[in-house]
Amino acid sequence: MIEISELVVDRDGTRVLDDVTAVVRKGSVTGLLGPSGSGKTTLLRAIVGVQRITGGSVRVAGLPAGHPELRALIGYQTQAPSVYADLTVAENLRYFASIARCDRRRVAAVLEDVRMSELAGQLVSRLSGGQRARVSLATAMIARPPLLVLDEPTVGLDPLLRRDLWRTFHRLAAEGTTLLVSSHVMDEARRCTDLLLLREGGLLAACTPAELGDDLEDAFCRLVEGVPA
Amino acid sequence: MIATALRVANQLRRDPGTLALLLVVPAVLMTLFRYLFSEFLFTLVGPSMLGVFPFIVMFAVTAVTMLRERTAGTLERLLAMPMRKVDLLLGYALTFGVIATVQSGVLIAWSVFLGLDAPSGLLVLVAVLDGVLGMALGLFVSVFARTEFQVGQMMPAFVLPQLLLSGVFGPREEMADVLRWISDALPMTYAVDASSRLVRDEGLSGEVVRDLVVLGGATLLALVLGAATLRRQTR
Ligand SMILES: Nc1ncnc2c1ncn2[C@@H]1O[C@H](COP(=O)(O)OP(=O)(O)O)[C@@H](O)[C@H]1O
Ligand SMILES: [Mg+2]
Repeated sequence: MIEISELVVDRDGTRVLDDVTAVVRKGSVTGLLGPSGSGKTTLLRAIVGVQRITGGSVRVAGLPAGHPELRALIGYQTQAPSVYADLTVAENLRYFASIARCDRRRVAAVLEDVRMSELAGQLVSRLSGGQRARVSLATAMIARPPLLVLDEPTVGLDPLLRRDLWRTFHRLAAEGTTLLVSSHVMDEARRCTDLLLLREGGLLAACTPAELGDDLEDAFCRLVEGVPA
Repeated sequence: MIATALRVANQLRRDPGTLALLLVVPAVLMTLFRYLFSEFLFTLVGPSMLGVFPFIVMFAVTAVTMLRERTAGTLERLLAMPMRKVDLLLGYALTFGVIATVQSGVLIAWSVFLGLDAPSGLLVLVAVLDGVLGMALGLFVSVFARTEFQVGQMMPAFVLPQLLLSGVFGPREEMADVLRWISDALPMTYAVDASSRLVRDEGLSGEVVRDLVVLGGATLLALVLGAATLRRQTR
């Protein structure tokens, strides 16, 4: 679904991504993990096509990232919730639904997916951070795009909600959606089918959670230090 | 485009302060002018102000609204979605255009109440075009601002020279050549010229038509520039 090849990105004169080569399988739930500042957001932005790249290539569904046709195929949740604070939850979703040219009846379904149905009539400015993040996630999912790019969607959520969201992600994957989900919490690796580990702008490893063993934190440290398991 | 226009209208509805600023402030400023000056001066300067206030107020409100869209990240989201940039700008233009019309209506009605002779309905058209021009420039300028404070700083840079050189504070005929040339290139000059002519009851003379065409052209240009400077990709 996504092919990244020798990707280099400079931001404000400093190298943020250095020679990243990776693939994301169609129908996978791929976790992009790394400490904060490692370049996760920058990599996701490059895939979505809103980040100017310095070298290499990023292709999505066979097209170069940023291609106009891809805008209808990718749902993108930015790290900071990007919804209108002075509109209600439902008004936000209805607006983005019409921009994405999809049926407004999707609004109810997608609000159920993120467990926000009861708050549909609430102004976003009156919501907590976690609730806003879920509205932002819902807008990314509204048009049922074949690729979902989610930047730290589960940060700050309670364990129950987090479990529910991961269930939703896997249900979507079973229906054919590809998901690329970033996180700086190693624990989340277990919920993914594939992993990309990022550190200081370089790809540390591409593997499955099983290959990392039981102690994910420890496995990550060993990878960083180059010590064999 | 319609969806965006309705969304912006909805946001404004939730923000009575801004709405009041848009509709009431020009009329309040006009009242100040009426009682600061003698009646004679008011009839002289007042008409020009019809071409100034809508511009300033629409410029400020549009620049700030668009800037919020940028800082909240919703602009990045929209640009990553299947939406044409022109549709976004036209959506804004539609809602703020309607507001500029209501605003001009209120302002002119109030000015007549204050004793200004406003014989021509064309005055409304000038004020509306002027408000829409302010809006288009505000959209354009918001591209260069990162904070609302910076928008505030741009106000004097974009608005004051236009105001000083527009002929409100001294006849253009008496300006030094260089200043008059600059004045010729600034759109507000034509708004001021048109409203003064219309208050003198010139009707739709050749000069007024020229003024209207220039205002319309400048608005289109600002919208096109605004669309061109909206970048889908950033560093
Ligand atoms: N807008 C920006 N301009 C310049 N540098 C940036 C910008 N955003 C992030 N960076 C830098 O890029 C690096 C990676 O950031 P980011 O991709 O946000 O990492 P992550 O999402 O993993 O926390 C950091 O060193 C950060 O300082
Ligand atoms: Mg990040």
